[in-house]
Amino acid sequence: MADQPTQRGRVRPAPENFLTETDIIAVKEGRRDFLRNALLTASATLAGGATARAADGDPNILTLPAWTTSLGQPVAARPYGLPSQYEKGLQRRESPGLTRMPQVSVSFAPLQGLFGIITPSGLHFERHHQGWVDIDPSKHRLMVHGTEDGFVRQPKVYTVDDILRLPPVSRMHFIECGANTGMEWGNVAVPTVQYSHGMLSCSEFTGVPLRLILEDCGIDWKKAKYVLAEGADGSSMTRTIPIELVQSDEVLVAYGQNGEMLRPENGYPLRLVVPGVQGVSWVKWLRRIEVGDKPWATKDEAIHYIDLMPDGQHRQYTSVQECKSVITTPSGGQILLDKGFYNISGLAWSGRGKIKRVDVSTDGGINWRPARIEGPVNSKCLTRFNIDWVWDGKPAILQSRAMDETGYVQPGYGQLRAVRGSKSIYHNNAIQSWKVTEGGEVSNVQVL
Amino acid sequence: MSRFFKASLSGALVLAFATLAGGTAWADGKYSGVGRPATRAEIHAWDIDVRPDFKGLRPGSGSVDQGQEVWEAKCASCHGSFGESNEVHTPLIGGTTKDDIKTGHVLSLVKGDAPQRSAIMKVATVSTLFDYINRAMPLTSPKSLSNDEVYGLVAYLLNLAEIVPADFVLTDKNIAEAQARMPNRNGMSTDHGMWPGAPASKGGIGNGGKPDVKNTACMSNCKTEVKVASLLPVYAETAHGNLAEQNRAVGPVRGKDTSGKAAAVAAAPAPLSENAAAAKLANDNGCMACHGVANKIVGPGYNEVVAKYKGQADAEAKLVAKVKAGGQGVWGAVPMPPQGHLKDGDIRSLVKWILSGAKAQ
Repeated sequence: MADQPTQRGRVRPAPENFLTETDIIAVKEGRRDFLRNALLTASATLAGGATARAADGDPNILTLPAWTTSLGQPVAARPYGLPSQYEKGLQRRESPGLTRMPQVSVSFAPLQGLFGIITPSGLHFERHHQGWVDIDPSKHRLMVHGTEDGFVRQPKVYTVDDILRLPPVSRMHFIECGANTGMEWGNVAVPTVQYSHGMLSCSEFTGVPLRLILEDCGIDWKKAKYVLAEGADGSSMTRTIPIELVQSDEVLVAYGQNGEMLRPENGYPLRLVVPGVQGVSWVKWLRRIEVGDKPWATKDEAIHYIDLMPDGQHRQYTSVQECKSVITTPSGGQILLDKGFYNISGLAWSGRGKIKRVDVSTDGGINWRPARIEGPVNSKCLTRFNIDWVWDGKPAILQSRAMDETGYVQPGYGQLRAVRGSKSIYHNNAIQSWKVTEGGEVSNVQVL
Repeated sequence: MSRFFKASLSGALVLAFATLAGGTAWADGKYSGVGRPATRAEIHAWDIDVRPDFKGLRPGSGSVDQGQEVWEAKCASCHGSFGESNEVHTPLIGGTTKDDIKTGHVLSLVKGDAPQRSAIMKVATVSTLFDYINRAMPLTSPKSLSNDEVYGLVAYLLNLAEIVPADFVLTDKNIAEAQARMPNRNGMSTDHGMWPGAPASKGGIGNGGKPDVKNTACMSNCKTEVKVASLLPVYAETAHGNLAEQNRAVGPVRGKDTSGKAAAVAAAPAPLSENAAAAKLANDNGCMACHGVANKIVGPGYNEVVAKYKGQADAEAKLVAKVKAGGQGVWGAVPMPPQGHLKDGDIRSLVKWILSGAKAQ
C-alpha cells in the first residue's frame, strides 16, 4: 500500500467505479493488497477510457457532467421534497424473523448513515402494537379525567384545535425502545448498527406540557400519584407515568415533530412525550389521560417490558433509559476504503440528563481517549461525538463509553451481565464493540 | 366601526351563545374557551381500564365453557386451541405447575430452564389479562367482545393453566380468588433504580434511581487482555439482506456485499468471449450512444458500415484510421469525433467486431 498516492486531492476514481466483485471478495478475505490491485485496474481502464487520461486529471472535472451543462428541474416538481435518488439505501428496515406479523413489529432507523442528532421524520424507527393508523384530526379527542371523582375538579375533552391553541414548548429529545439492543443480550445476533441500536430516534417535539392541561382540569396534586396514558389505535395501548415527571413539566402532549405535524407512524395527531423514558410510554395517537393513585400493571408493564433477572424475578415498571452510546461510523457491516485518517462518529444519550463525556477506545477497551462533542448537548437528547483515528491497517476494536451528568458510566457486557444475567430482553445499555480486520471489514463483536 | 370588526363581533356573539346553550357550568380558568367538560357517558365509553385491585372492572360473569366457545371462534386461529401455539405469537399458556400456583413463583424462571416464556409464566396480575383482552383483542377487531365474553375468555385461559377448575364461572365477585392462585403473582420486583418517579419510601416505586450496574471511566491500561465473548454468526450476516445496499455509496466506508453474488462470481469467473469483450468496450467508451448495431442513431448503424465496406481488403485499416482521427462527410454532415485516447489494440478489436457483425456474444 506504500506506493499508493496518499496526498489530499489525489486523482483517484471513486471506488465504486473500480472495485470489482473480485476485489470485494479480496476485501472479505482480508487481503490487504486489494486496493493496490484495484487501483492498477482502474488506471488501466482510464488509460483505455473514452473520457480522459488519468495523467490529465479526474474525468469528473475534465469532462463537464450533464448537470453542469443542462437545465435543471423546476420548483415544486416534488411538492413534498424527497432525498436524493442516491440515498435510497438509507431506509428503515425490519429485522427478518424478529416478529411474525408486520403490524405487531418494529422497523429500525438507519443510524449507520445519519449525521448530527436529529432523525429525519421519515426515518424515525417504528414500533406498532396493532398496526399504525392515520387519524382524522377533526375527529380526534383527548379526554382527561380521574380514577375517582375529585382527582380532577373538571374532567374535560379537548379537540386538536384546543390543544393547538395552548402555549407550547419545543424541545429536542431522544426516544429509545426499551428493547433496543435486546437481541444482543445473550450474544451477537445482528450485523449492523441499524439492527443493534436502530430503535432509537431523536426529534424536536412541539407540544403542550401535560401539567398545564391537568391544571386546566383542576388536578388535585395531593391525590394524584400516577397518570395513565392511552392511545386511540386498536391496541389502545396504556402505560403508567409517574406524576413527578408530569410536575417537572417535561411530559408533553406533542403534535409537532421536526417542524411539521407528527407522522402517522409516530402518533398523528397527538402523542405523549416522556423524556428519558423508554418509547413504549410515549403513547401514540393519545386519546385519554386518567389521573390515579396506583399503577395499572397494563399488558405492556406486566407481560412485556418487564426485565427478567437471574433470580427468576421480573423487574416491573423499569422505565428510565440509562446512559448509553454507540459508534455509528465505522460500524458493523461496513468496509473501510483505505488506511489513513478517519473520523469516528457516534451517538450518546442518557435518560437521566445530559451527556457529560464520551470516551473512545480503538484497542478493545485497554486505553481510552476523550471524544469531541460535535453538536448541542441537551438533557435526555442524543449527543453526537467524534474523534480522530488514523487506521494503520491493523486489526482494531472500536468502542465508545458515555458518562452522564449524574456521573454514571456506561457499563461493559461483563459488568451488565454480572448483575442482570442475559435474558432480560430490555434495557441493554452495554458498551458496543466493532471489530476492524486487516482488510478494513467492520463487524459486530462483544467484548467482556 | 369597520365592516370587518362588526363581522367578527357578531361571530363572537354567536360562539358565546353556542357555548351557553351547551350548558357549560365549570369555572373557566386561565385558558378560556379551550376544551369542554367531559360527559359521564363519554368517560364511561373510554374509561375501560382495570387495575390490579380491580378498580374499573365492570360487573359480569363468564364460564370456562362459554370462554372456550368464544376462544375456538375468535382466538384459536392465532393462539392455538389451548393457548399453546407458537406460530404467530409466543405461547400464552404452558410452563407453570401446581407448585407454582402454591408459591406464586414460576420455578422454571428461577431455574432458567424454560425454552421460552409464556404469558402466564410472566403475568402476576389477572386484571392485566382482563384489561388487555377487553381493549385489544381480537387483533383484527379489537373491542368487539362483550364484557361477559371477556370474563369467559379469562376463565378459559385460567383453566388451561389449571388455576381454576373446568366448571368455574369467573365473576367480578370471585376474580380475587383467581388472583390468589396466579402462578407468578409473587414474581415481580420493583426494587430497582429505573422508575423516574417517587421511590417506594415515599409511596412510589423503586429505589429512587440508584443504578444497579457500575463502571468507572478508566483511561489507560484498563485491562491486560481483550476477551471477545461473541462474534457475529455467519447466518446472521446474510439474514439481513445485502448490507452494501443499506449504506451510503459515498463517504469513508461502504456496506459489505452480503448478497452472495460476489462469492458466486469468484467461484466460477466466466471469461468474456471476444465478442462480449468488444461489446463491452463499445459500451464503456460511448460508441453505442451514436451507433446502433442494426440502426442509425447519429452515426451509421454497424450493419450499414458492414454493408459499405463489404469485400474491401483494407476495410479494417481504413476504419481503424477513421476511428482514431475522426471523419465527416461519408455518412452525412455530423462529424465523428477523433477517438485518439483509445488504445490501438482496442480500436482494432472494435473494428474487427463491427465488421464481423457486432454480435453481443
